[in-house]
Amino acid sequence: MNFAGFLQHLVNAFSLGGIYALIAIGYTMVYGILRLINFAHGDIFTYGIYFAFYGVILFLMPWWAAFIFSIFVTAFLGAFIERIAYRPLRNAPRISALITAIGVSFFLENFAIVVFGGRAKSFNPQTGIYPTSFLNMIDIGDVKIPVLTFITIGIVVLALLLLMWIVYKTKIGMAMRAISKDIPTTKLMGVNADRVISFTFMLGSGLAAIGGILWAMKYPQVYPYTGMIPGLKAFIAAVVGGIGSIQGAMIGGFILGISEIMIVAFVPSLAGYRDAFAYAILLFVLLVKPTGILGVEVSEKV
Amino acid sequence: MRKVYVFIALVLTFAVVLASEITEVKIGAGWEMTGPIAGFGQMSWDGVKLAMKLRPTVRIGGKDVPVKVVLLDNKGDKAEAANVVKRLIDVEKVVAILGPCTSSCALAAGAIAEQKQVPMVTNTATNPLVTQNRRFIFRACFIDPMQGELLAKFAWEQLGSKNVAIMVDVAQDYVVGLANYFKRKFAQLGGKFFEEYYNTGDQDFTAQLTDALSKKPDTIFLPGYYSEIALICKQARELGFKGNFLAGDGADAPELIQIGGKFVEGLYYTTYFHQDADLSPATKPFVEAYVKEYNRRPDAFGALAFDAYNLVLDAIERAQSLDPVAIRDALAATKDFQGVGGSITYPEGSGDPVKPAVINTVKNGQFMLMTVVRP
Repeated sequence: MNFAGFLQHLVNAFSLGGIYALIAIGYTMVYGILRLINFAHGDIFTYGIYFAFYGVILFLMPWWAAFIFSIFVTAFLGAFIERIAYRPLRNAPRISALITAIGVSFFLENFAIVVFGGRAKSFNPQTGIYPTSFLNMIDIGDVKIPVLTFITIGIVVLALLLLMWIVYKTKIGMAMRAISKDIPTTKLMGVNADRVISFTFMLGSGLAAIGGILWAMKYPQVYPYTGMIPGLKAFIAAVVGGIGSIQGAMIGGFILGISEIMIVAFVPSLAGYRDAFAYAILLFVLLVKPTGILGVEVSEKV
Repeated sequence: MRKVYVFIALVLTFAVVLASEITEVKIGAGWEMTGPIAGFGQMSWDGVKLAMKLRPTVRIGGKDVPVKVVLLDNKGDKAEAANVVKRLIDVEKVVAILGPCTSSCALAAGAIAEQKQVPMVTNTATNPLVTQNRRFIFRACFIDPMQGELLAKFAWEQLGSKNVAIMVDVAQDYVVGLANYFKRKFAQLGGKFFEEYYNTGDQDFTAQLTDALSKKPDTIFLPGYYSEIALICKQARELGFKGNFLAGDGADAPELIQIGGKFVEGLYYTTYFHQDADLSPATKPFVEAYVKEYNRRPDAFGALAFDAYNLVLDAIERAQSLDPVAIRDALAATKDFQGVGGSITYPEGSGDPVKPAVINTVKNGQFMLMTVVRP
């Protein structure tokens, strides 16, 4: 492999890793606060794509308006799911919430089949969903970088900065951090825990919608199971980075994106098994450092 | 008191069952209605719906008996495909089964149908293993050894390809098989080739393509399914590939163009049917009926599903029986059946018809017919 080839692989890896990171942050935030792995997160991602798609196709919005519309609707969908599926189980054993999450995931997938149909919808600029200029390539020597990759990485960085600001500089961010430590005590301090949890779900789901739209622009189609594999990968990324940690999810996303592309680049004959490789990374991390790269040891109260 | 009601209900049920000899013929259908290749199943089902409309009954014992098709979704999943067939036979008590479309699903579904001795006709599963050593499995399409050979010849003679990159989906029997038949013939002709691998459902192929393009292929052969083909074409063009794209019948869905857009322009592929191809006397009336029904031009999957339905009805009429084994024997004896995708005759002891193929290309966002190749 020559140097230009390696750089090309690196570019591909960053553009994939960025999207994984965005979805992983959603997983990690919900886990950080509720100790719940929201398995429906990948399906929320799918709905984000559908909302953007129908915003343009059905409601004839300009693309940017449809994208903002999708982020907000998806955020409310996340909060709605929390309200009806997870809140009633707040004091139930954790396993019940986990099973419910899986149930919600199945429900969302099948509901999408009924409402949107089982066939893939095209997410192509030809239908006016976003400007064709996003598909342009910038040549730097022999390396070709899609404009979309710049946009993806730019948005990922922006979203992360905004999130950091919310979590560390605002009042609701402080409440989120407090709740992640101890819900009952935080409530005693006069914080409306339900509202903060709803807000967390909205943030996470909004990020999933952004990830979904970027994903669909890169791989221009959407069908009811679109979010399954990216969702699973983002979950792995969150665990690898240390579930509960936002920076960790970010790092995990990039690690997964880079290692997936590099395994194909260096050992092309294993390309068919790159999903298995992602699971292998997960197993390795769980064996060596179960809390993930940036995870902190949490001692269970007895 | 309750017991008496139950008893009366039971007696009434039995009376109804006894009074009606054969009131309906139940045929099962298991297709990929959802999942990543939902296009195939949905197109097939549209073909069968039209066939049911044109021929809603079957003549048994001098009586026209209505046909009922029970459709179940196998989600494009091998295990689900087997479950679907099991349920169609055990619960729905069907006498024959239509589908599935893809070879992996047909292999799994066929194992169950064979074991339970109920005939199954797949419209478009082309891998030779689907019918090999199986008495109850038939198909309405050609097989991959022929398709692979045709593609290799086309690449060598018409496209002047010398160095071909082959993108292989390691999880699909169809893809691995078709790639192998292509390689065998292409090597014979003197061409060079190399392989890159991926897995069903992958969406990012930039790593494989970056590697492939460094080996300077003039053609990329895509023996996979439409959604991956569309994504690979897009990513290959974006990475600067200027050569030809070549594919098999897995490319044949409108989604290829919807998802691939301008990136799939000029792609060549082999398939079973094109509305402009003169394949049999039945083709033209079918195309007219289809356009009238759906207001769009027919596709290959629907056309062969239409044929599969009529093949089964034909066999039931010749068997004059609803015994699955008798229907199987009648199917095996099919001779010169005039399907819309060409005439079907099953050679002694085989479920594989020898049929013509068409080569299509994508031009101006349409599937255009290039040529019909007869065996």
